[in-house]
Amino acid sequence: MPDGGHSDLIKLCDAQAGMDTVTLTTEEDGVGLLCGGWAGKRRGVLLIQSSGVGNCVNALALPAVCRIPLLMIVSMRGEWGEFIPWQVPMGEATPKVLQAMHVHTQRVDDAADVGPTVTAAADFAFNTRRSAAVLLSQKLLGAKQFKED
Amino acid sequence: MLHRRDVVNQLLQARDASLLVVSGLGSPTWDVAASGNDVRNFNFIGTMGQAGPFALGLALAQPNKRVLLITGDGELLMGLGVLATIGSVQPENLAIVVLDNEAYAETGGQPTATHGRTDLAAVAEACGFDHTCTVAREADLADALALVHEPTGPILVVAKVLLEPLPMKFPYSFDGVAAINRFRGAIE
Repeated sequence: MPDGGHSDLIKLCDAQAGMDTVTLTTEEDGVGLLCGGWAGKRRGVLLIQSSGVGNCVNALALPAVCRIPLLMIVSMRGEWGEFIPWQVPMGEATPKVLQAMHVHTQRVDDAADVGPTVTAAADFAFNTRRSAAVLLSQKLLGAKQFKED
Repeated sequence: MLHRRDVVNQLLQARDASLLVVSGLGSPTWDVAASGNDVRNFNFIGTMGQAGPFALGLALAQPNKRVLLITGDGELLMGLGVLATIGSVQPENLAIVVLDNEAYAETGGQPTATHGRTDLAAVAEACGFDHTCTVAREADLADALALVHEPTGPILVVAKVLLEPLPMKFPYSFDGVAAINRFRGAIE
């Protein structure tokens, strides 16, 4: 699901041979899509913003009950330097909601830790057949600035 | 109006060996279970709205197999956006049959939006599906179901079915791990 924090990564995915990107209309569809993909013996990753974690809650029962590996990379909003108050409630709830649905969660604040943390989360998800999420903090990504013209 | 289990039995009786079947929660899962216990079936018993995305992911992962999603109007309406995604991705090997009784049968028969003015075949067509149709008469059923085997998808067939009491039939397992392991193991 497109987000400013993921836009460079989405471009890299589009350019990567052997990788398909699917743009969703809502984040929870990515949960079922990746579960079906794993049933069909492919692997994927769900790129979403923290607000979309809320949309995924009930869908996360599918990988939980079937023990399907699910890897998510979540760009955080509603924290460090946030401008839009509407982003705050779901931003604050994101780690709690993921943990409530038994998603193994790791947060990254430093650029140097992104690669190793995503690798570790992928290993965890696919080796133990569980859901794992990497939260890319707003401190890491930079707070989006808004200005009236 | 059609009998839902006749529709499912006709779809699955002369089944191609490579056909993978996904059923949406509620009555479609009981219907597919009643048609036979087949390792190439994965039956949803929860996560309403997720059968469509799952079938799309499966179709993308297995482009040399056909994927047939059998679901209900209520289940599809919960995640209607997936039709737009499928229309954009254009998986040639994905077909959807909606058993449309215009009601939430599992919860007391409350009317769905298809009992009002929503036309799911028209929605799918507007989303870019290659073949769509609605069938309500027994005489037209064979032709409508033949669409499911068209080589160029995505395809969506709406079968208007009766809201009728039927014997409950459970799928292979309510244990999701057992169910997905068996299904995944059947895919080469």
